[in-house]
Amino acid sequence: MLEVKDITMRFGGLVAVGGASISVPQGSIVGLIGPNGAGKTTLFTVIAGFQKPTAGKVCFEGEDITAQPAHVRARLGIARTFQIVQPFAGLNVRENIAVGAYLRHARRADAYALADAVGHRLGLGADLDKPASSLTVAGRKRLELARALATAPKLLLLDEVLAGLNPSEIRDIIPVIHAIRDEGVTILMIEHVMQAVMNLCAHVHVLAQGQMIAQGTPQAVCADPQVIEAYLGKGAAARIQAQGAAHA
Amino acid sequence: MMLLRAYLPILILLALLAAIPLVVTSNTALNFVVFVLIITLAAQGWNLLGGVGGQFSFGHAAFFGTGAYVSAILQYSYGVNAWAALGAGILSGAALGWIIGFLSFRAGLRGSYFALVTLAFAEVLRILANALPITGGAAGMLLKLNIGFGNLQFTSRGAFLWLALGFVAAGLLISRAIADSRFGAQLVAVRENEDAARALGVDVLAVKLKAITVSGALTAAAGCLYLQYFLYLDATIAYGVWISVEVLLAAMVGGRGLVLGPLVGAFTLHGVGDLTKQVAGGIPGIDLAVYGAVLILVVAFAPGGVLGLIHRLLSGLTRPRPAKEAQ
Repeated sequence: MLEVKDITMRFGGLVAVGGASISVPQGSIVGLIGPNGAGKTTLFTVIAGFQKPTAGKVCFEGEDITAQPAHVRARLGIARTFQIVQPFAGLNVRENIAVGAYLRHARRADAYALADAVGHRLGLGADLDKPASSLTVAGRKRLELARALATAPKLLLLDEVLAGLNPSEIRDIIPVIHAIRDEGVTILMIEHVMQAVMNLCAHVHVLAQGQMIAQGTPQAVCADPQVIEAYLGKGAAARIQAQGAAHA
Repeated sequence: MMLLRAYLPILILLALLAAIPLVVTSNTALNFVVFVLIITLAAQGWNLLGGVGGQFSFGHAAFFGTGAYVSAILQYSYGVNAWAALGAGILSGAALGWIIGFLSFRAGLRGSYFALVTLAFAEVLRILANALPITGGAAGMLLKLNIGFGNLQFTSRGAFLWLALGFVAAGLLISRAIADSRFGAQLVAVRENEDAARALGVDVLAVKLKAITVSGALTAAAGCLYLQYFLYLDATIAYGVWISVEVLLAAMVGGRGLVLGPLVGAFTLHGVGDLTKQVAGGIPGIDLAVYGAVLILVVAFAPGGVLGLIHRLLSGLTRPRPAKEAQ
């Protein structure tokens, strides 16, 4: 469904992403992990159309969309959430979600009905009339997700929707993400919470210093020495292995 | 039901204003109301772009003056019918809005940069109008007194008041309709957070262009009415900073982004200003000083304007009831 081919994103002399490729098959949940500063969010902004890549292609449902601006990609069915939540602070929760719902519904009544439905589904039912600025961090993350869902996307790009949540909040939201996928929405997610990645993703890509260093099932990727070194430093994989051997 | 609730305050206010000529005979008072209605109309234009859309213009004189000049030149130099000239004036405001919007929004100007560019446009137009022969240069243009409905000139001030009120009513209905529409929701989204709006499929440039076009048309209509009422125009009146400030103040004092904001703000501001002039008549410019004071007070203590203040007081009184009026 989504094919990202050899994306390079350069800011002046800094190569934030160098030749990264990802393929996200229809109906799957694919994870994108990597240490801080690896370029995950940059890659997301390129996929969502907020930045033009220096080189490479983004294809969605077989069409090259590299030249399309963000709002056109949203219409095509790509929705993203922001790592740093971006609520419309002056509006209430219902109005926030309605902006997303208006994408496919021109009439106010339809948009608001959909906004209510999505809000209830994500557990924001009691907060619909509250100003978005009054929500807790968990509430704002849910609002990000609700707004994106209200655009009726085919592909959902989730940028650390679980970051900043406590374990019980994470437990609450994982089934929600599962349910979204089961309704036919394909998901590509950046996530640091490994519990969630293990739980949700069938396939994981690892980005480190702008390069794709590994991909595969979460279990395989976690055992990959290159991945361990990317997170813990050079030589860490060998040390861990030595320790493991010593314990055994 | 919801429709009635949204439109009821508008209808009541309009009915009250429409009754003024029936009970008030003082020419000074009628002059006052007509002038304030013209300011209201111009401020409704500003409010759509600056209040609802968050794109602060400091040069709405550009639209006011262009509407007035286009209408004046068509009537004065080409003998065009006043109503047709009015229509052309409004269209010219819309066109200028689109052009200024295209040039500045496409370049990504926001905030104070956008405000400065609009100010520059208004100033350039003022200097041009002051120098070109077609606008009568510094001497200005005096329209021929030719009273008649077809010429948009009336003997009775009451009749003109109704005309101006008709335009303000149209402005209110347009603002209300926009507030309840998809376009309105997207415009507010752009004001609150452009990136988030873009992510939700809002074409930010198109939304801004639409807003500044309608905004320019409304403010240009006010310029045309000003011309028809006073029958005189020069560059300082048409493109002066005064009108840019007037519309901005009226919208901010009344309640930025609210449908009734400009109307309430214009009457509050000019009511207070005129009252001070009556009381302290001898001091020149005292009303301007009062404007300044009112603006400071509003910004400091009532960021939602007069309407926001009223709303706060009302909801304070009715606190025990569950808040259900969120629409």
